Amino acid sequence: MRRGAGAFGLAAMLVLPAAAQGPVAGKAMEHGAVPEAAPLATSRPADPANGRKIVVERRRGFCLLCHSGPFPEARFHGDLAPSLAGTGSRWTEGQLRARLIDSTAINAETIMPPYFRTGGGNRIGPVFIGKPILTAEEIEDVTAFLTTLRD
Amino acid sequence: MQRDDFANPAMLGVAAGEAAWNRPPENGKPACSGCHGDINGSMRGVDARYPARNAVNGAVLDLPGRIQLCRSQHQALTPEPRESAALLALQAAIALRSRGMPVEAPSARGLSDAVARGEMLYRQRLGQLNLSCAQCHDDHWGRSLGGTRIPQGHPTGYPLFRLEWQALGSLQRRLRNCFTGVRAEPFPAGASEWIDLEIYLRERAAGMASDAPAVRP
Repeated sequence: MRRGAGAFGLAAMLVLPAAAQGPVAGKAMEHGAVPEAAPLATSRPADPANGRKIVVERRRGFCLLCHSGPFPEARFHGDLAPSLAGTGSRWTEGQLRARLIDSTAINAETIMPPYFRTGGGNRIGPVFIGKPILTAEEIEDVTAFLTTLRD
Repeated sequence: MQRDDFANPAMLGVAAGEAAWNRPPENGKPACSGCHGDINGSMRGVDARYPARNAVNGAVLDLPGRIQLCRSQHQALTPEPRESAALLALQAAIALRSRGMPVEAPSARGLSDAVARGEMLYRQRLGQLNLSCAQCHDDHWGRSLGGTRIPQGHPTGYPLFRLEWQALGSLQRRLRNCFTGVRAEPFPAGASEWIDLEIYLRERAAGMASDAPAVRP
């Protein structure tokens, strides 16, 4: 992180209201204030088309349970979180990846599930213990897709 | 649908429960009505004050648990299992006798410890998706999770007919649905944790009118 703790604290305060206010509030955030994550080690190059599928398919990414976005074929978008439209303009690739991997590292109160975290948690169902929600390949696919969502 | 007893499918359960109330078991022990008399009088307001501490053994029982105890103690029968149609029907018939009555605060009946335990559970993040009950049902009620409106989590209508289930079901079944939704391991049926959670939800709902047996999407 390039900024000091003060800038990070500001970002942490901004992230929670952003969930209620939508993309306009998100746009006002400073890019430098949010941590970035380096690409994960994967067995193949990132596939943005597969990333889009993961976002849209309800039982894989769960994304549209909370987010809306430019996905006319998917019904019943949620409204608990900002629209994904233009998210690639608001955040860098590394910032998007960091949010996917473990959003609680950015905002402890977030409702966004940690998609690539295997430690911690309470009463995790036995078949899910020790497993991330998405694989490293899937994280890279979704990250690559989200960067294409430009305003 | 809920307001019209002829359209409310849960009323089929009530009818089955009322028949069971009056039917003596084959072992010669009394029917429910043999001890309690008319269900309209003796069960009036009972659901509104459950879960409650059992005067004999001190255990905190929810209404299905109390029905099970009666069945083994006084009818010498194996209790109907939780979530069975027979137990839900009897519970629905009893709960109907509290319709419109205010839910009583468990803290006023010496259950403050259970309220506190239930609240801790309500606020704890759970499962692989790492969500607490409070994060949806307090912070985001009224919003849409996919196509589903998030409710405030009031327990006043159980047992209720849920269109998704196409059946009468218990509050514990509903809580289990949320647990599996966040990929958490549910507690076993009848576990004290479920009852703590129900007691906390009832504390929040204190004063609200009981509307069991309700209908929900």
